Amino acid sequence: MKKTLACTALSLALGTFGSLAAAHNVWLMPSSTVLSKADWITVDAAVSNDLFFFNHRPLALENLTVVAPDGSALAPENAATGKLRSVFDLNLTQTGTYRIAVLNQGAFARWKEAGDGQVKRARGSVEDIASKIPAGATDVEVTESIGRIETFATVGKPSAIKATGKGLELLPRTSPADLVQGEKATFAMHVDGKPAAGMAVNITRGDTRYRDQLAEVTVKTDAKGEFSVTWPQAGMYWLEASTRDNKTSVPNAKERRLTYTATLEVLP
Amino acid sequence: MHLRYSLALVSMMGAPAFAAGLSVSVEVPRIDTAEYHRPYLAAWVERPDQSVAGTLAVWYDVKNKGNAEGEGTKWLKDLRQWWRRVGRELSMPIDGVSSATRPAGQHTIQATEGSVQLPKLAPGAYTLYVEAAREVGGREIVSLPFQWPPTQAAKSQAAGKSELGTVALELKP
Repeated sequence: MKKTLACTALSLALGTFGSLAAAHNVWLMPSSTVLSKADWITVDAAVSNDLFFFNHRPLALENLTVVAPDGSALAPENAATGKLRSVFDLNLTQTGTYRIAVLNQGAFARWKEAGDGQVKRARGSVEDIASKIPAGATDVEVTESIGRIETFATVGKPSAIKATGKGLELLPRTSPADLVQGEKATFAMHVDGKPAAGMAVNITRGDTRYRDQLAEVTVKTDAKGEFSVTWPQAGMYWLEASTRDNKTSVPNAKERRLTYTATLEVLP
Repeated sequence: MHLRYSLALVSMMGAPAFAAGLSVSVEVPRIDTAEYHRPYLAAWVERPDQSVAGTLAVWYDVKNKGNAEGEGTKWLKDLRQWWRRVGRELSMPIDGVSSATRPAGQHTIQATEGSVQLPKLAPGAYTLYVEAAREVGGREIVSLPFQWPPTQAAKSQAAGKSELGTVALELKP
């Protein structure tokens, strides 16, 4: 019973914080990423084993943020969370590139109980994690976590993506609306607004259910934090990167885990 | 004698000068399918650096047919290369460039240098592109390189395999 609870708590934490243990793929899937005129799109959100199939759990939408080309926030509509996926509609009225992201920030604590030395775990926000650790606990380990799960959609002429400067994020040098089979695209990874050099980025094409080899590609960012990809085939791609550092503001935390995933559409 | 002389001078000054131009003949193929829609089509000229010198024609659903305002422009993005090169920077319709979709058959697009379709071209190499996309159908692009200015009338042609038939380019000095 206790083991099941601990496992449930762990898997909940993993689900919320993204693929910390690379157990599952977390992703957003927009119905379109390139539009000729202002129109609606719908976006699916899920945690799954295959790309891009709903076969595990929905992605919670409580930390969903949509930024319009002019920097304003766009409220999602008709949001629903089912058994296997969440979904929401977006009314894209402005010309330019929209940034659609779920930003999960939290903390994760692990300690040994004062009495029997049993290992306990808890998750919470950066502010309240300390209050979840009981007095007398030993071997306390606190980890901060920031995970960004993102995608983009462009109406008409693309606009520049403005960096948030926080956590791990992708800065497209090539607009997400300009990804074409056979053409090279360049991106940069930043941590807290600074280029992340030597970071491994994994890129996997969707439709993984219909082939034997995952065929994921791993590229490393250069000194400028940049990397390039020449897309072998049109389709939806999942991009993922993660890193750890000790730049955490949480008391007792030794480590900060940063994860980033993006869904990018490559057209033929 | 004096009157005849001045009349001759006046008629010489009034005579139009022929600007160089090009003529593009496009064959929209006859496709036998249950749900057939006339293709969207764009014809444009690119420089070697992929910048666009001019859009010669855009055929799309101009009249909307009772749909919401601007519905016809919704599918312009399916002319994928044109859309990325220049289409998304333009505002449709454009007088002298955009028009309704065309039925199966031969159609000709004329463009003279110095018009809204084609500004004065600097001497050099260019490429004509013709791209077609059909609703509930495919998409195809055909290209024809050419040199400018044409010293003499020149013709070249290429053929699509599915959504475009023969595309012929005629340069007129």
